[in-house]
Amino acid sequence: MMDAVSFVAHEARLLDERRYDEWLALFADDGRYWVPLQGAAQQEGAPHNALADEDRLLLQLRIERLKNPRAHSQHPASRCQHVLQASTVTLDEPERCELRTPFVYIESRGERQLMLAGTCSHRLARVGGAWRIRLKRVDLLDAGAPLPAIQLFP
Amino acid sequence: MNRKDILALVQDDRVHRDLYLSPALFALEQRHFFANTWNYVGHASQVPAAGDYVAVEIAGRPLLMVRQGDGSIRVLNNRCAHKGTQLVTDACGSVGKFFRCPYHAWTYKLDGAPLAVPLKAGYEGTRLASCESGQGMGALKNVAVYRDFVFAKLNDGGPDFHAYFGDVLAAIDNLVDRSPVGRLRIEGGVLRNVVHCNWKMYLENINDTVHPMSTHESATAAANALWQGQPADAPKPMAMEQILPFGAGYDFFDRMGGRVYPNGHSMLGVNFSIHSGYAQVPEYEAALREAHGEARATEILQRSPQNSVCFPSLAVKGSPQAIRVIRPLAADRTLVEAWSFRVEGAPDLLFERSMTYNRLVFSPMSVVAHDDVHLFESIQQGLRGSSNEWVSLHRDFDPAELEGGTREVNGTNELLMRNQFRAWATFMTQDMEG
Repeated sequence: MMDAVSFVAHEARLLDERRYDEWLALFADDGRYWVPLQGAAQQEGAPHNALADEDRLLLQLRIERLKNPRAHSQHPASRCQHVLQASTVTLDEPERCELRTPFVYIESRGERQLMLAGTCSHRLARVGGAWRIRLKRVDLLDAGAPLPAIQLFP
Repeated sequence: MNRKDILALVQDDRVHRDLYLSPALFALEQRHFFANTWNYVGHASQVPAAGDYVAVEIAGRPLLMVRQGDGSIRVLNNRCAHKGTQLVTDACGSVGKFFRCPYHAWTYKLDGAPLAVPLKAGYEGTRLASCESGQGMGALKNVAVYRDFVFAKLNDGGPDFHAYFGDVLAAIDNLVDRSPVGRLRIEGGVLRNVVHCNWKMYLENINDTVHPMSTHESATAAANALWQGQPADAPKPMAMEQILPFGAGYDFFDRMGGRVYPNGHSMLGVNFSIHSGYAQVPEYEAALREAHGEARATEILQRSPQNSVCFPSLAVKGSPQAIRVIRPLAADRTLVEAWSFRVEGAPDLLFERSMTYNRLVFSPMSVVAHDDVHLFESIQQGLRGSSNEWVSLHRDFDPAELEGGTREVNGTNELLMRNQFRAWATFMTQDMEG
């Protein structure tokens, strides 16, 4: 089984290589991808909005849309690169694991490049001998600032 | 560019591309158009206590919406009368009992009047007290608070608040009266988008019912494919309830109907809209009937206009309770903010709907908005090319509409856009010579 730190690197690599179906398969059935609007300052469960707060259904919608040739905003297509700092394991149990990984994220499309910095937190659960994501929380430094379109997955 | 040149850019059924492209015209808009129109400043719930402020920029001028000691709200210039320092540089906060300039410690009362300056003796016998620098920050004269929505107009001429907005204020009533106690609170944060297009393009698209089928095809096709095969009575997740109606056809959008008001305002979806099918909440509806009476409650609940535009800065959705604020930054750059409301006396579900809708449709990460934004930015480039210098607004043009006034039309009629451009020409040239 892949260790948790390698799992986080693998997860980012799947996004960078546009292997979205494989990426979605890393999520547990109740998995959630969350980009809170207040970044790291936002309490879990606080009544505050997010740039994205998606269960598997919505993540799949996103991925299916990207496959449609009439996803107009993908002409030209967006590409991304996650540059990860070493992950810190913040909870280490046989069935659960939590990690914190600061990152720089670059999303590029046509002549425009967008760079975001932040820290992501993974809450992993062991499911059938492999790690699965129960929560990927992405705390952007500038989540509340005026932002251009972010089309992929920081 | 004089008055005649500007009026020539807006024809009965089309507008010239310079309205979207020209930096010179944008500079004139800041000086004339945005100073002559009533623009949305903020919501009173953002400044609950005396000394609370919110910083905004309207017509390129830094302003502060400030709660006064007597509970009223004023809009002040965010500029020290001395050297021009902004009195505050945070987006919002509280100054306590008075403003104090961080540079030389000049102080001002909450209404902007001068309070004190250091080394006062040095000003004795000078002209300070009698000139602008002795008058304080300066409060805007034309400010109106309508059901906690704060608007301001920078110039003195033109219609007063009620004459300017007229019956489109019913859109704000529809939103506020969804509270049994008639009160909303801004909550849940604001989603901020920078779009590289002219502000008018964004604003006219709010009234564009013909784009969803082609523009949002990829998002609605994905939603439909995922939802297919669900039994008809399967409870729809809120996200599906909100996204699936974007795939409604031309006929649906045509029948929803639209209405234009004088001065550029409009209401789209006067008959029904993509928001009409949200699940009902019996207990809440009973509370609303109790508060407003049967007739008014039914009217509010049955009417969920798609978008109401309080021209040129505010778009309102009664259900879900959300507003968009359009803040032009440059000829080719626009800030769009989406704010959510908590409706006092209503269940949390309504607040959830408001936040979820804004997140799904108006977030920088929204799969619905991605295609809109891409196309606006594409238009901004495409308009530069070709020998065709005009943008078509011909659909359903009827010469009788030139009489103006309030008019009800089919939902796909481009009158809702033509009406905006006619108002643009009026307020752009209102205080121009010649």
